[in-house]
Amino acid sequence: MLLPRWLLSDRAGLVMLAVLVILGVGVPILNLWVPPDHPLHVTSYTVALLGKYLCYALLAVSIDLVWGYMGILSLGHAAFFALGGYCCGMYLMRQIGTRGVYGHPDLPDFMVFLNWEALPWYWFGFDQFWFAALMVLAVPGLLAFVFGWFAFRSRVSGVYLSIITQALTYALMLAFFRNEMGFGGNNGLTDFKDVLGFSLQSDSTRVVLFVLSALALAGGYLACRWLVSTRMGRVLVAIRDSEDRARFLGYRVERVKALVFTFSAMLAGVAGALYVPQVGIINPGEFAPLNSIEAVIWVAVGGRGTLVGPVVGAVLVNYSKTWLTTALPEVWLFALGGLFVAVTLLLPYGLIGLLRRRRESAS
Amino acid sequence: MSELISELDAAGMHAPAGPVDATHGILLYLEEVSVSFDGFKAIDNLSLYIGDGELRCIIGPNGAGKTTMMDIITGKTKPDTGRVFFGQTIDLLKLDEPAIARIGIGRKFQKPTVIEPLTALENLELAMSGARRLRGLLSTRLTGEERDRIAAVLERVGLSEQAQRPAGVLAHGQKQWLEIGMLLMQEPRLLLVDEPVAGMTPAEMERTAELLKSLAGSHSVVVVEHDMGFVRSIADRVTVLHQGRVLAEGRLEELQAHPKVIEVYLGGEDARH
Repeated sequence: MLLPRWLLSDRAGLVMLAVLVILGVGVPILNLWVPPDHPLHVTSYTVALLGKYLCYALLAVSIDLVWGYMGILSLGHAAFFALGGYCCGMYLMRQIGTRGVYGHPDLPDFMVFLNWEALPWYWFGFDQFWFAALMVLAVPGLLAFVFGWFAFRSRVSGVYLSIITQALTYALMLAFFRNEMGFGGNNGLTDFKDVLGFSLQSDSTRVVLFVLSALALAGGYLACRWLVSTRMGRVLVAIRDSEDRARFLGYRVERVKALVFTFSAMLAGVAGALYVPQVGIINPGEFAPLNSIEAVIWVAVGGRGTLVGPVVGAVLVNYSKTWLTTALPEVWLFALGGLFVAVTLLLPYGLIGLLRRRRESAS
Repeated sequence: MSELISELDAAGMHAPAGPVDATHGILLYLEEVSVSFDGFKAIDNLSLYIGDGELRCIIGPNGAGKTTMMDIITGKTKPDTGRVFFGQTIDLLKLDEPAIARIGIGRKFQKPTVIEPLTALENLELAMSGARRLRGLLSTRLTGEERDRIAAVLERVGLSEQAQRPAGVLAHGQKQWLEIGMLLMQEPRLLLVDEPVAGMTPAEMERTAELLKSLAGSHSVVVVEHDMGFVRSIADRVTVLHQGRVLAEGRLEELQAHPKVIEVYLGGEDARH
C-alpha cells in the first residue's frame, strides 16, 4: 500500500477520512448539479450547516490534541477559534469597499458610525488575502505561545490552568465588546460581500468553502495523527500521565507543552477562519466561556485521546443542537449538561471507546 | 532567530560543562547542604560523597531527609546553602531537572512510575538519550542501532518477553525493573534509586539485588531502602541519615553495633535512662 504505517493502523481514522471524501465530492454534486425539486438535492442551507459542523470538528480535534494526549484541559480554545474568525472577518470587511451603507472606500461602516477618521494600524494589511491568511495562523499561535510559555513555565497545571484559560477567553470577550477596540463591538463584523472576488451569496462559493472545510479537517486530523504517532506523541502521553517522569528523563516539559499548545491554537484559528464566511458573522459572543466548554463536551462525547472521536462528537452534538433548539429550545442546555454527566460517568472513552469495547468483546 | 529555534527545540539545552570529571574518584559531592521548609530543617548541614562506580545504600527513619536529598541532587528542590557538584566541574545547583537528567543522573521514584498506556518497548524508547532532539522526536520508527540498544536493556532487566505489552499490565516487580531499564536508556553515570524492592516478593528482590550489583562499577548507584535484609545483600557501604544529617557511615555490620544508630532505630527509650 501507498499509505505510511502510522496511518494504515488507524482504521477508525481511515473510515472517517473516507466519509469526508464522500461528503466532499457528493455534497457539491447534489447541491450544484441535482435540480432543486429532486429528492436528493442538498440545499445551500444544508451545505453551510455541514460546513459549520466540519469547522467545529476541526476545533474539537485541536482540543483533543492538548487534552486527550497532553492532559491540558483548555477551557478557552474557542478564543483561538474566534481570533482566527476575526482575522478572516477583517479581510472580508475590507473586501466590502464602497458597497457599505456609508460607502466609505477604506473604513468599515461601524468605524464611520463612530466618526473615526482613519483605519487603526492593526487593520492595515487585512485587505490582502495572503496577509489575512497568515494572521489566521499567527494571531492565535502567538497568543497561545505567550500564554503557554508563561503558564507552563510557572508549572501551572490541572484545574488552575483550566480556570486561567476560561479567564483568558472571558477577558477577550469583554475586550471585543468594547467599541473602542475597533472590531465592531457588540455587533462584530458582518454584511460580508465576497471573498477573492467570489460572492459569498452564490452557491458555488458556498460549496467551495464547504470543500475547503473538509480539506482543512482532513489535513488537521492527519497532522495530529502523525504527530501522536511519532516519539513526540509518546512524550505527550508521558507528560499527561507523569509529568515528573518526563522531566527526570530529560524532557523540557514546558517547551513541549508550549509548542503543542501553539500548534493546537493555530488549528483552532483555521477552523474559525473557515467558519466565519459560512455563517456570515463574527461577534464577541464567540469568545463566550460557554462555547469553549461546549467544544470540550464534543470531545468527551466522541472520546478523548482518539482524534476520531472528537470529529464524531462535534458533528453529533451539533446536529442534536440544531434539531433540539428548533424543536424544544428550552431543553437544549439541560440536554447538554445531562450528556456531559452521562458520558463522564458511563462512557469515559466516549462513543469511540464504546465501539472499541464492543469489538474487543466480540473478538 | 537561531536562538529562538534552539529555544523551541524541545532539546534546547546543550550539555553545560562537557564530560563529567571524576578523576579524584568521587562522582557526587554534597557539602554542608541545608534546606528548611517553613522553619523545619529537612536537611541540616549534610555532607556526603559518592565514589565513582560505588554502590551506596542510604537508610534512615522516616523524615530523615532521604527523599529531600534526592530532590536536591536532581534539581527538584534548591537548598538554602551548600554545594552540590557532579564530578569536579559541574555545579548541579545551576541546572534544572531536565538538564541534570541529561548530564547523566537518572532517578527512580519510590512508586513505580512507568507510562502505563505505552508498551515496555515504547517506555524505553521514550527514555532513550538522544531521542530528545526535535528531529529525533518527529520520527516514527527506530533505527537498527536504537533497536539493538533497547533490546539489550530489555534483556538486562529481564523483560524481553514483555516488550510489546502495555506497561500498565505488568506485575509490580516488572514495573520497577522497567523503570530501572528506563534509567539505563538514559546512559547515566549516577543512578538514584528510591525503595526499589518495596512490595516485591523474595524472588523478585533477589533479582533486583543482582541487577543493581551488576550496575555498580560502570555506574554509581545510590539506593534508598528500608529493608535491612536487602541492604545487607547489596551494599558494601551504608550511610545512615537522621534528622537531615549523616549519623554514621560504614559497613552494615559496623553500623548495627553503633550505639547512636541503635538509639535512632530502636526509638528514644535507651536514651532516657
